[in-house]
Amino acid sequence: MTITDFLFFAFAGATIMAALGVVSSKNPVHSALFLVLTFFSASAIWLMLEAEFLAITLVLVYVGAVMVLFLFVVMMLDINIAKMREGFVSYLPVGALFAFMMLAVMVYVVGPVGPDVMGTAALDNAVKHGPEYSNTEALGEILYTDYVLAFEIAAVILLVAIIAAISLTLRRRPATKYQTPANQIKVKRNDRLKIIKSDAEVLK
Amino acid sequence: MGLDVWNWFPADAQTLLLILGKIILILIPLMLCVAYITYAERKIIGYMQIRIGPNRVGPRGWLQPIADAMKLMFKEVIIPTKSDKFLFLIAPVLSIMPALAAWAVIPFDRGMVLTDVNAGLLYILALTSIGVYGVIIAGWASNSKYAILSSLRVGAQIVAYEIAMGFALVGVLMASGSLNMSDIVEGQAGGISSWYIWPLLPLFFVYFISGVAETNRAPFDVAEGESEIVAGFHVEYSGMAFAVFFLAEYANIILISSLTALLFLGGWLSPFEGMVDAGHWLGETSLFWFFAKACFFAFCFLWFRATFPRYRYDQIMRLGWKVFIPVTIVWLFVEAVMVVAEVGPWAV
Repeated sequence: MTITDFLFFAFAGATIMAALGVVSSKNPVHSALFLVLTFFSASAIWLMLEAEFLAITLVLVYVGAVMVLFLFVVMMLDINIAKMREGFVSYLPVGALFAFMMLAVMVYVVGPVGPDVMGTAALDNAVKHGPEYSNTEALGEILYTDYVLAFEIAAVILLVAIIAAISLTLRRRPATKYQTPANQIKVKRNDRLKIIKSDAEVLK
Repeated sequence: MGLDVWNWFPADAQTLLLILGKIILILIPLMLCVAYITYAERKIIGYMQIRIGPNRVGPRGWLQPIADAMKLMFKEVIIPTKSDKFLFLIAPVLSIMPALAAWAVIPFDRGMVLTDVNAGLLYILALTSIGVYGVIIAGWASNSKYAILSSLRVGAQIVAYEIAMGFALVGVLMASGSLNMSDIVEGQAGGISSWYIWPLLPLFFVYFISGVAETNRAPFDVAEGESEIVAGFHVEYSGMAFAVFFLAEYANIILISSLTALLFLGGWLSPFEGMVDAGHWLGETSLFWFFAKACFFAFCFLWFRATFPRYRYDQIMRLGWKVFIPVTIVWLFVEAVMVVAEVGPWAV
Protein backbone atom coordinates (compact mmCIF):
# COMPACT_ATOMS: atom_id res chain seq x y z
CA MET A 1 0.00 0.00 0.00
CA THR A 2 1.50 3.30 -1.05
CA ILE A 3 1.20 6.45 1.02
CA THR A 4 -1.47 7.73 -1.43
CA ASP A 5 -3.60 4.64 -0.86
CA PHE A 6 -3.18 4.99 2.87
CA LEU A 7 -4.25 8.67 2.74
CA PHE A 8 -7.23 7.81 0.54
CA PHE A 9 -8.49 5.14 2.92
CA ALA A 10 -7.89 7.38 5.91
CA PHE A 11 -9.90 10.24 4.44
CA ALA A 12 -12.58 7.97 2.95
CA GLY A 13 -12.97 6.30 6.34
CA ALA A 14 -13.16 9.69 8.04
CA THR A 15 -15.82 10.83 5.54
CA ILE A 16 -17.99 7.78 6.22
CA MET A 17 -17.56 7.89 9.98
CA ALA A 18 -18.36 11.60 10.05
CA ALA A 19 -21.39 11.10 7.80
CA LEU A 20 -22.64 8.42 10.17
CA GLY A 21 -22.05 10.83 13.00
CA VAL A 22 -24.28 13.42 11.32
CA VAL A 23 -27.32 11.15 11.43
CA SER A 24 -26.58 9.32 14.67
CA SER A 25 -25.47 12.01 17.12
CA LYS A 26 -28.03 13.14 19.67
CA ASN A 27 -27.14 16.79 19.68
CA PRO A 28 -27.89 18.87 16.55
CA VAL A 29 -24.76 20.98 17.12
CA HIS A 30 -22.67 17.82 17.06
CA SER A 31 -24.46 16.77 13.86
CA ALA A 32 -23.61 20.09 12.23
CA LEU A 33 -19.98 19.75 13.29
CA PHE A 34 -19.86 16.19 11.95
CA LEU A 35 -21.15 17.55 8.66
CA VAL A 36 -18.26 20.02 8.68
CA LEU A 37 -15.87 17.11 9.18
CA THR A 38 -17.56 15.24 6.31
CA PHE A 39 -17.04 18.20 3.98
CA PHE A 40 -13.47 18.50 5.13
CA SER A 41 -12.52 14.90 4.47
CA ALA A 42 -14.42 14.91 1.16
CA SER A 43 -12.35 17.94 0.17
CA ALA A 44 -9.19 16.05 1.09
CA ILE A 45 -10.25 13.27 -1.29
CA TRP A 46 -10.84 15.84 -4.04
CA LEU A 47 -7.41 17.23 -3.35
CA MET A 48 -5.96 13.77 -3.96
CA LEU A 49 -7.78 13.70 -7.31
CA GLU A 50 -5.80 16.84 -8.31
CA ALA A 51 -8.98 18.89 -8.13
CA GLU A 52 -7.50 21.50 -5.83
CA PHE A 53 -9.83 24.28 -6.94
CA LEU A 54 -12.95 22.25 -6.13
CA ALA A 55 -11.43 20.99 -2.89
CA ILE A 56 -10.54 24.43 -1.58
CA THR A 57 -13.80 25.95 -2.80
CA LEU A 58 -15.71 23.22 -0.95
CA VAL A 59 -13.98 24.24 2.26
CA LEU A 60 -14.36 27.93 1.52
CA VAL A 61 -18.05 27.90 0.59
CA TYR A 62 -19.55 25.03 2.59
CA VAL A 63 -17.30 24.93 5.64
CA GLY A 64 -16.43 28.62 5.79
CA ALA A 65 -19.82 30.14 5.04
CA VAL A 66 -22.79 27.75 4.75
CA MET A 67 -22.04 25.65 7.81
CA VAL A 68 -21.25 28.71 9.91
CA LEU A 69 -24.80 29.92 9.24
CA PHE A 70 -26.16 26.42 9.92
CA LEU A 71 -24.37 26.31 13.27
CA PHE A 72 -25.58 29.81 13.94
CA VAL A 73 -29.20 28.66 13.65
CA VAL A 74 -28.76 25.24 15.28
CA MET A 75 -26.97 26.71 18.31
CA MET A 76 -29.98 28.87 19.08
CA LEU A 77 -32.49 26.01 18.98
CA ASP A 78 -33.87 24.96 22.32
CA ILE A 79 -34.41 21.26 21.71
CA ASN A 80 -35.46 18.56 24.10
CA ILE A 81 -32.98 15.87 23.10
CA ALA A 82 -34.76 13.00 24.87
CA LYS A 83 -37.98 13.75 22.97
CA MET A 84 -36.15 13.80 19.66
CA ARG A 85 -34.77 10.34 20.33
CA GLU A 86 -38.25 8.84 20.80
CA GLY A 87 -39.15 8.32 17.16
CA PHE A 88 -35.82 6.86 16.11
CA VAL A 89 -36.85 3.19 15.95
CA SER A 90 -40.21 3.83 14.30
CA TYR A 91 -38.63 5.98 11.59
CA LEU A 92 -35.78 3.54 11.06
CA PRO A 93 -37.44 1.25 8.42
CA VAL A 94 -38.52 4.20 6.24
CA GLY A 95 -35.11 5.82 6.61
CA ALA A 96 -33.31 2.57 5.81
CA LEU A 97 -35.52 2.05 2.73
CA PHE A 98 -34.69 5.50 1.36
CA ALA A 99 -31.00 5.05 2.18
CA PHE A 100 -31.01 1.77 0.28
CA MET A 101 -32.76 3.33 -2.72
CA MET A 102 -30.24 6.18 -2.79
CA LEU A 103 -27.40 3.67 -2.62
CA ALA A 104 -28.92 1.61 -5.45
CA VAL A 105 -29.27 4.66 -7.69
CA MET A 106 -25.72 5.77 -6.96
CA VAL A 107 -24.28 2.33 -7.66
CA TYR A 108 -26.33 2.20 -10.89
CA VAL A 109 -25.06 5.62 -12.01
CA VAL A 110 -21.42 5.64 -10.94
CA GLY A 111 -20.72 2.05 -9.91
CA PRO A 112 -19.24 -0.83 -11.90
CA VAL A 113 -22.62 -2.54 -12.59
CA GLY A 114 -25.23 -1.16 -14.97
CA PRO A 115 -24.74 1.20 -17.91
CA ASP A 116 -21.87 3.70 -17.65
CA VAL A 117 -24.10 6.82 -17.47
CA MET A 118 -21.48 9.16 -16.06
CA GLY A 119 -18.56 7.88 -18.12
CA THR A 120 -16.76 6.69 -15.00
CA ALA A 121 -15.12 3.81 -16.87
CA ALA A 122 -12.85 6.36 -18.55
CA LEU A 123 -11.57 7.38 -15.12
CA ASP A 124 -9.62 4.13 -14.81
CA ASN A 125 -6.98 5.51 -17.14
CA ALA A 126 -7.15 9.08 -15.84
CA VAL A 127 -4.07 11.14 -16.61
CA LYS A 128 -1.73 11.94 -13.74
CA HIS A 129 -0.64 15.55 -14.16
CA GLY A 130 2.69 17.10 -13.26
CA PRO A 131 3.22 19.93 -10.78
CA GLU A 132 2.73 22.53 -13.54
CA TYR A 133 -0.90 21.49 -14.09
CA SER A 134 -3.36 24.04 -12.75
CA ASN A 135 -6.80 22.65 -12.05
CA THR A 136 -8.13 26.19 -11.62
CA GLU A 137 -7.12 27.13 -15.16
CA ALA A 138 -8.46 23.89 -16.64
CA LEU A 139 -11.83 24.37 -14.92
CA GLY A 140 -12.00 28.02 -15.91
CA GLU A 141 -11.30 27.29 -19.54
CA ILE A 142 -14.09 24.70 -19.77
CA LEU A 143 -16.55 26.69 -17.68
CA TYR A 144 -16.24 29.87 -19.71
CA THR A 145 -16.21 28.25 -23.16
CA ASP A 146 -18.07 24.94 -23.53
CA TYR A 147 -20.42 25.35 -20.57
CA VAL A 148 -20.78 29.12 -20.52
CA LEU A 149 -24.55 29.02 -21.02
CA ALA A 150 -25.19 26.49 -18.26
CA PHE A 151 -22.84 28.44 -16.00
CA GLU A 152 -24.65 31.73 -16.63
CA ILE A 153 -28.06 30.11 -16.09
CA ALA A 154 -26.88 28.68 -12.76
CA ALA A 155 -25.64 32.13 -11.78
CA VAL A 156 -28.97 33.75 -12.68
CA ILE A 157 -30.91 31.11 -10.71
CA LEU A 158 -28.76 31.84 -7.66
CA LEU A 159 -29.33 35.56 -8.13
CA VAL A 160 -33.10 35.01 -8.27
CA ALA A 161 -32.87 32.97 -5.07
CA ILE A 162 -30.96 35.79 -3.37
CA ILE A 163 -33.51 38.38 -4.46
CA ALA A 164 -36.38 36.15 -3.34
CA ALA A 165 -34.80 35.62 0.08
CA ILE A 166 -34.17 39.34 0.52
CA SER A 167 -37.67 40.31 -0.59
CA LEU A 168 -39.13 37.93 2.02
CA THR A 169 -37.43 39.79 4.84
CA LEU A 170 -37.50 43.29 3.38
CA ARG A 171 -40.65 44.75 4.85
CA ARG A 172 -41.41 48.08 6.42
CA ARG A 173 -41.32 48.00 10.16
CA PRO A 174 -42.58 51.37 11.40
CA ALA A 175 -41.83 50.49 15.01
CA THR A 176 -38.12 50.05 14.41
CA LYS A 177 -35.96 53.09 14.92
CA TYR A 178 -33.35 53.67 12.25
CA GLN A 179 -30.42 56.00 12.19
CA THR A 180 -29.10 57.51 9.01
CA PRO A 181 -25.31 57.60 9.29
CA ALA A 182 -25.12 60.35 6.66
CA ASN A 183 -27.26 62.60 8.87
CA GLN A 184 -25.25 61.63 11.92
CA ILE A 185 -22.03 62.69 10.26
CA LYS A 186 -23.55 65.93 8.97
CA VAL A 187 -24.46 67.09 12.46
CA LYS A 188 -22.55 70.16 13.58
CA ARG A 189 -22.04 71.32 17.11
CA ASN A 190 -24.58 74.11 16.79
CA ASP A 191 -27.39 71.68 15.86
CA ARG A 192 -27.18 69.93 19.18
CA LEU A 193 -25.63 72.34 21.61
CA LYS A 194 -26.59 75.84 22.65
CA ILE A 195 -24.30 77.76 24.93
CA ILE A 196 -26.21 80.25 27.05
CA LYS A 197 -24.36 83.07 28.70
CA SER A 198 -25.66 83.88 32.12
CA ASP A 199 -24.40 86.08 34.86
CA ALA A 200 -23.10 84.43 37.94
CA GLU A 201 -25.56 84.87 40.73
CA VAL A 202 -25.74 83.74 44.29
CA LEU A 203 -29.04 82.50 45.64
CA LYS A 204 -29.91 83.97 48.96
CA MET B 1 30.15 12.44 8.13
CA GLY B 2 26.91 14.31 8.85
CA LEU B 3 25.75 13.78 5.27
CA ASP B 4 26.21 10.00 5.59
CA VAL B 5 23.67 9.92 8.39
CA TRP B 6 21.32 12.01 6.24
CA ASN B 7 21.63 9.66 3.26
CA TRP B 8 20.88 6.71 5.48
CA PHE B 9 17.24 7.87 5.66
CA PRO B 10 14.94 6.69 2.85
CA ALA B 11 14.02 9.37 0.28
CA ASP B 12 10.46 9.81 1.58
CA ALA B 13 11.68 10.29 5.12
CA GLN B 14 14.20 12.87 3.91
CA THR B 15 11.43 14.91 2.29
CA LEU B 16 9.32 14.62 5.41
CA LEU B 17 12.18 15.73 7.65
CA LEU B 18 12.98 18.66 5.35
CA ILE B 19 9.36 19.83 5.43
CA LEU B 20 9.20 19.42 9.20
CA GLY B 21 12.41 21.43 9.52
CA LYS B 22 10.98 24.21 7.36
CA ILE B 23 7.76 24.23 9.40
CA ILE B 24 9.80 24.63 12.58
CA LEU B 25 11.84 27.41 10.95
CA ILE B 26 8.60 29.26 10.17
CA LEU B 27 6.74 28.59 13.42
CA ILE B 28 9.47 29.47 15.93
CA PRO B 29 10.02 33.01 14.60
CA LEU B 30 6.24 33.34 14.25
CA MET B 31 5.67 32.40 17.87
CA LEU B 32 8.41 34.82 18.94
CA CYS B 33 6.71 37.53 16.88
CA VAL B 34 3.40 36.70 18.54
CA ALA B 35 4.99 36.91 21.98
CA TYR B 36 6.62 40.24 21.25
CA ILE B 37 3.65 41.77 19.45
CA THR B 38 1.76 41.44 22.73
CA TYR B 39 4.59 43.35 24.41
CA ALA B 40 4.65 45.89 21.56
CA GLU B 41 0.90 46.31 21.87
CA ARG B 42 1.07 47.13 25.56
CA LYS B 43 4.02 49.46 25.06
CA ILE B 44 2.64 51.27 22.00
CA ILE B 45 -0.84 51.72 23.43
CA GLY B 46 0.83 52.81 26.66
CA TYR B 47 2.79 55.55 24.93
CA MET B 48 -0.26 56.61 22.91
CA GLN B 49 -2.13 57.05 26.17
CA ILE B 50 0.83 58.84 27.80
CA ARG B 51 1.86 56.10 30.20
CA ILE B 52 4.84 53.78 30.18
CA GLY B 53 3.44 50.27 29.83
CA PRO B 54 5.13 47.13 31.20
CA ASN B 55 8.67 47.93 32.42
CA ARG B 56 9.26 45.68 35.43
CA VAL B 57 10.24 42.23 34.11
CA GLY B 58 13.75 42.24 32.67
CA PRO B 59 15.45 45.30 31.17
CA ARG B 60 12.73 47.79 30.08
CA GLY B 61 10.13 45.05 30.42
CA TRP B 62 11.53 42.92 27.59
CA LEU B 63 10.90 39.66 29.44
CA GLN B 64 7.24 40.48 30.10
CA PRO B 65 5.87 38.10 27.39
CA ILE B 66 8.01 35.25 28.80
CA ALA B 67 6.65 35.93 32.27
CA ASP B 68 3.08 36.02 30.92
CA ALA B 69 3.60 32.73 29.09
CA MET B 70 5.01 31.06 32.23
CA LYS B 71 2.09 32.30 34.29
CA LEU B 72 -0.49 31.02 31.80
CA MET B 73 1.24 27.65 31.48
CA PHE B 74 1.11 26.97 35.20
CA LYS B 75 -2.44 28.18 35.65
CA GLU B 76 -5.19 25.60 35.99
CA VAL B 77 -7.51 25.10 33.02
CA ILE B 78 -10.98 25.25 34.50
CA ILE B 79 -13.68 23.30 32.66
CA PRO B 80 -17.22 24.42 33.49
CA THR B 81 -19.39 21.58 34.86
CA LYS B 82 -22.22 21.93 32.35
CA SER B 83 -19.97 22.49 29.35
CA ASP B 84 -19.46 20.17 26.41
CA LYS B 85 -16.00 19.04 27.50
CA PHE B 86 -14.67 17.71 24.20
CA LEU B 87 -15.76 20.73 22.18
CA PHE B 88 -14.67 23.06 24.97
CA LEU B 89 -11.12 21.73 24.78
CA ILE B 90 -10.93 21.37 21.00
CA ALA B 91 -12.16 24.93 20.31
CA PRO B 92 -8.81 26.65 21.02
CA VAL B 93 -7.09 24.10 18.77
CA LEU B 94 -9.57 24.80 15.95
CA SER B 95 -8.83 28.47 16.45
CA ILE B 96 -5.05 28.29 16.19
CA MET B 97 -4.79 25.55 13.56
CA PRO B 98 -5.89 27.67 10.55
CA ALA B 99 -3.93 30.66 11.86
CA LEU B 100 -0.74 28.58 11.67
CA ALA B 101 -1.56 26.45 8.61
CA ALA B 102 -2.07 29.52 6.43
CA TRP B 103 1.65 30.30 6.75
CA ALA B 104 2.41 27.30 4.53
CA VAL B 105 1.89 29.36 1.37
CA ILE B 106 3.20 32.75 2.53
CA PRO B 107 6.41 33.63 0.63
CA PHE B 108 8.85 35.60 2.77
CA ASP B 109 11.37 36.28 0.03
CA ARG B 110 11.90 35.10 -3.54
CA GLY B 111 11.67 31.28 -3.32
CA MET B 112 11.49 31.38 0.47
CA VAL B 113 8.19 29.59 0.91
CA LEU B 114 7.14 26.24 2.37
CA THR B 115 4.84 25.22 -0.51
CA ASP B 116 4.55 27.29 -3.65
CA VAL B 117 1.10 25.96 -4.62
CA ASN B 118 -0.88 27.28 -7.57
CA ALA B 119 -4.04 27.92 -5.60
CA GLY B 120 -2.26 29.71 -2.75
CA LEU B 121 -4.61 32.66 -2.51
CA LEU B 122 -7.66 30.40 -2.47
CA TYR B 123 -6.04 28.24 0.23
CA ILE B 124 -5.52 31.29 2.42
CA LEU B 125 -9.07 32.49 1.89
CA ALA B 126 -10.40 29.04 2.84
CA LEU B 127 -8.23 28.80 5.95
CA THR B 128 -9.05 32.28 7.22
CA SER B 129 -12.72 31.44 6.76
CA ILE B 130 -12.58 28.35 8.99
CA GLY B 131 -10.85 30.17 11.85
CA VAL B 132 -14.28 31.28 13.03
CA TYR B 133 -15.19 27.73 14.14
CA GLY B 134 -12.92 27.95 17.15
CA VAL B 135 -14.73 31.02 18.38
CA ILE B 136 -18.24 29.74 17.63
CA ILE B 137 -17.63 26.34 19.22
CA ALA B 138 -15.96 27.93 22.25
CA GLY B 139 -18.99 30.13 22.75
CA TRP B 140 -21.45 27.27 22.47
CA ALA B 141 -19.49 24.67 24.43
CA SER B 142 -18.93 27.01 27.39
CA ASN B 143 -22.68 26.90 28.13
CA SER B 144 -22.64 30.51 29.24
CA LYS B 145 -24.91 33.28 28.03
CA TYR B 146 -22.11 35.78 27.51
CA ALA B 147 -20.09 33.31 25.53
CA ILE B 148 -22.97 32.33 23.24
CA LEU B 149 -23.90 35.95 22.60
CA SER B 150 -20.34 36.51 21.55
CA SER B 151 -20.27 33.54 19.21
CA LEU B 152 -23.50 34.71 17.54
CA ARG B 153 -21.96 38.11 17.00
CA VAL B 154 -18.81 36.59 15.56
CA GLY B 155 -20.73 34.29 13.22
CA ALA B 156 -22.64 37.18 11.66
CA GLN B 157 -19.62 39.46 11.53
CA ILE B 158 -17.25 36.98 9.92
CA VAL B 159 -19.72 35.93 7.23
CA ALA B 160 -20.41 39.59 6.39
CA TYR B 161 -16.77 40.62 6.07
CA GLU B 162 -15.58 37.45 4.41
CA ILE B 163 -17.56 38.28 1.28
CA ALA B 164 -16.01 41.74 0.97
CA MET B 165 -12.59 40.22 1.67
CA GLY B 166 -13.09 37.58 -1.01
CA PHE B 167 -14.13 40.21 -3.56
CA ALA B 168 -11.04 42.28 -2.73
CA LEU B 169 -8.92 39.20 -3.37
CA VAL B 170 -10.74 38.65 -6.69
CA GLY B 171 -9.50 42.13 -7.62
CA VAL B 172 -5.93 41.09 -6.82
CA LEU B 173 -6.14 37.94 -8.88
CA MET B 174 -7.68 39.84 -11.79
CA ALA B 175 -4.67 42.14 -11.68
CA SER B 176 -2.08 39.39 -11.40
CA GLY B 177 -3.80 36.67 -13.43
CA SER B 178 -2.63 34.09 -10.92
CA LEU B 179 -3.59 32.53 -7.61
CA ASN B 180 0.03 31.76 -6.78
CA MET B 181 1.35 34.03 -4.02
CA SER B 182 4.86 34.33 -5.49
CA ASP B 183 3.45 35.21 -8.92
CA ILE B 184 1.23 37.87 -7.37
CA VAL B 185 4.26 39.50 -5.74
CA GLU B 186 6.42 39.22 -8.87
CA GLY B 187 3.61 40.83 -10.88
CA GLN B 188 4.20 44.01 -8.88
CA ALA B 189 7.89 44.32 -9.80
CA GLY B 190 9.19 47.73 -10.88
CA GLY B 191 9.22 49.99 -7.84
CA ILE B 192 6.59 51.61 -5.70
CA SER B 193 4.48 52.85 -8.64
CA SER B 194 3.70 49.36 -9.95
CA TRP B 195 2.33 48.01 -6.68
CA TYR B 196 -1.29 46.89 -6.83
CA ILE B 197 -2.24 49.33 -4.09
CA TRP B 198 -2.59 52.17 -6.63
CA PRO B 199 -4.98 50.68 -9.18
CA LEU B 200 -6.77 48.74 -6.42
CA LEU B 201 -6.85 51.47 -3.77
CA PRO B 202 -10.52 50.95 -2.71
CA LEU B 203 -9.98 47.18 -2.59
CA PHE B 204 -6.87 47.70 -0.47
CA PHE B 205 -8.83 49.65 2.14
CA VAL B 206 -11.71 47.16 2.05
CA TYR B 207 -9.29 44.26 2.43
CA PHE B 208 -7.38 45.70 5.33
CA ILE B 209 -10.45 46.87 7.25
CA SER B 210 -12.16 43.51 6.62
CA GLY B 211 -8.97 41.89 7.89
CA VAL B 212 -9.28 43.86 11.12
CA ALA B 213 -12.91 42.73 11.37
CA GLU B 214 -12.01 39.08 10.63
CA THR B 215 -9.47 39.03 13.45
CA ASN B 216 -12.07 40.50 15.84
CA ARG B 217 -9.81 43.39 16.72
CA ALA B 218 -10.81 46.87 17.81
CA PRO B 219 -12.89 48.68 16.55
CA PHE B 220 -14.65 45.45 15.48
CA ASP B 221 -14.15 43.57 18.76
CA VAL B 222 -17.82 43.14 19.68
CA ALA B 223 -16.93 39.46 20.15
CA GLU B 224 -14.95 40.35 23.26
CA GLY B 225 -16.87 43.46 24.22
CA GLU B 226 -15.57 43.47 27.77
CA SER B 227 -17.94 46.26 28.81
CA GLU B 228 -21.07 44.40 27.63
CA ILE B 229 -20.39 40.65 27.57
CA VAL B 230 -17.37 40.42 29.91
CA ALA B 231 -14.87 38.77 27.55
CA GLY B 232 -17.19 37.10 25.08
CA PHE B 233 -16.37 33.65 23.80
CA HIS B 234 -13.35 33.05 26.08
CA VAL B 235 -14.94 34.17 29.31
CA GLU B 236 -14.90 30.59 30.69
CA TYR B 237 -11.35 29.81 29.55
CA SER B 238 -8.26 30.07 31.71
CA GLY B 239 -4.62 29.07 31.62
CA MET B 240 -3.23 27.55 28.42
CA ALA B 241 -6.68 27.11 26.81
CA PHE B 242 -7.10 30.88 26.98
CA ALA B 243 -3.50 31.45 25.89
CA VAL B 244 -4.09 29.45 22.71
CA PHE B 245 -6.96 31.76 21.71
CA PHE B 246 -4.67 34.64 22.41
CA LEU B 247 -1.88 33.16 20.28
CA ALA B 248 -4.35 32.55 17.45
CA GLU B 249 -5.57 36.14 17.53
CA TYR B 250 -2.07 37.55 17.30
CA ALA B 251 -0.94 35.01 14.71
CA ASN B 252 -3.94 36.16 12.66
CA ILE B 253 -2.95 39.80 13.06
CA ILE B 254 0.52 39.02 11.72
CA LEU B 255 -1.02 36.92 8.94
CA ILE B 256 -3.37 39.69 7.78
CA SER B 257 -0.54 42.24 7.96
CA SER B 258 1.73 39.99 5.90
CA LEU B 259 -1.00 39.27 3.37
CA THR B 260 -1.77 42.95 2.90
CA ALA B 261 1.94 43.57 2.37
CA LEU B 262 2.18 40.71 -0.15
CA LEU B 263 -0.98 41.38 -2.13
CA PHE B 264 -0.98 45.16 -2.33
CA LEU B 265 2.51 46.41 -1.45
CA GLY B 266 4.71 44.02 -3.38
CA GLY B 267 5.87 41.85 -0.46
CA TRP B 268 9.62 41.48 -0.53
CA LEU B 269 10.07 43.86 -3.50
CA SER B 270 11.90 47.11 -2.85
CA PRO B 271 9.98 50.39 -3.24
CA PHE B 272 13.14 52.00 -4.69
CA GLU B 273 13.60 49.45 -7.47
CA GLY B 274 15.21 51.20 -10.44
CA MET B 275 15.64 54.44 -8.49
CA VAL B 276 18.98 53.73 -6.82
CA ASP B 277 22.20 52.32 -8.34
CA ALA B 278 22.11 48.64 -9.22
CA GLY B 279 23.49 46.55 -6.37
CA HIS B 280 22.65 49.05 -3.65
CA TRP B 281 20.76 47.30 -0.87
CA LEU B 282 17.90 49.80 -1.02
CA GLY B 283 17.03 48.66 -4.54
CA GLU B 284 17.42 44.94 -3.90
CA THR B 285 14.56 42.63 -3.04
CA SER B 286 14.96 41.35 0.49
CA LEU B 287 13.26 39.90 3.53
CA PHE B 288 13.71 43.31 5.14
CA TRP B 289 11.10 44.98 2.89
CA PHE B 290 8.53 42.30 3.57
CA PHE B 291 9.17 42.56 7.29
CA ALA B 292 9.00 46.37 7.27
CA LYS B 293 5.72 46.43 5.35
CA ALA B 294 4.15 43.74 7.53
CA CYS B 295 5.31 45.59 10.66
CA PHE B 296 3.64 48.76 9.47
CA PHE B 297 0.26 47.03 9.15
CA ALA B 298 0.71 45.23 12.47
CA PHE B 299 1.38 48.65 13.99
CA CYS B 300 -1.87 49.90 12.42
CA PHE B 301 -3.77 47.14 14.25
CA LEU B 302 -2.39 48.39 17.56
CA TRP B 303 -2.93 52.00 16.58
CA PHE B 304 -6.62 51.32 15.80
CA ARG B 305 -7.06 49.68 19.16
CA ALA B 306 -5.64 52.69 20.96
CA THR B 307 -7.67 55.28 19.06
CA PHE B 308 -11.05 54.01 17.85
CA PRO B 309 -14.12 53.37 19.96
CA ARG B 310 -15.90 50.06 19.40
CA TYR B 311 -18.43 49.88 16.56
CA ARG B 312 -22.02 49.28 17.47
CA TYR B 313 -23.28 45.93 16.18
CA ASP B 314 -25.73 47.32 13.60
CA GLN B 315 -23.05 49.69 12.32
CA ILE B 316 -20.71 46.76 11.78
CA MET B 317 -23.37 44.99 9.72
CA ARG B 318 -24.10 48.16 7.75
CA LEU B 319 -20.43 48.74 6.96
CA GLY B 320 -19.93 45.17 5.83
CA TRP B 321 -23.04 44.61 3.75
CA LYS B 322 -24.03 48.08 2.58
CA VAL B 323 -20.67 49.78 2.11
CA PHE B 324 -17.88 47.29 1.52
CA ILE B 325 -19.66 44.80 -0.73
CA PRO B 326 -21.04 47.45 -3.14
CA VAL B 327 -17.66 49.24 -3.19
CA THR B 328 -15.82 46.04 -4.10
CA ILE B 329 -18.36 45.01 -6.75
CA VAL B 330 -18.22 48.44 -8.42
CA TRP B 331 -14.45 48.46 -8.33
CA LEU B 332 -14.27 44.97 -9.85
CA PHE B 333 -16.26 46.34 -12.83
CA VAL B 334 -13.98 49.37 -13.04
CA GLU B 335 -10.99 47.06 -12.92
CA ALA B 336 -12.43 44.84 -15.65
CA VAL B 337 -12.82 47.91 -17.88
CA MET B 338 -9.25 48.96 -17.05
CA VAL B 339 -7.94 45.50 -17.92
CA VAL B 340 -9.79 45.47 -21.26
CA ALA B 341 -8.70 49.03 -22.05
CA GLU B 342 -5.14 48.09 -21.01
CA VAL B 343 -4.86 50.92 -18.49
CA GLY B 344 -2.59 50.12 -15.58
CA PRO B 345 0.18 47.66 -14.83
CA TRP B 346 -1.69 44.42 -15.55
CA ALA B 347 0.05 41.15 -16.17
CA VAL B 348 -2.47 40.03 -18.78
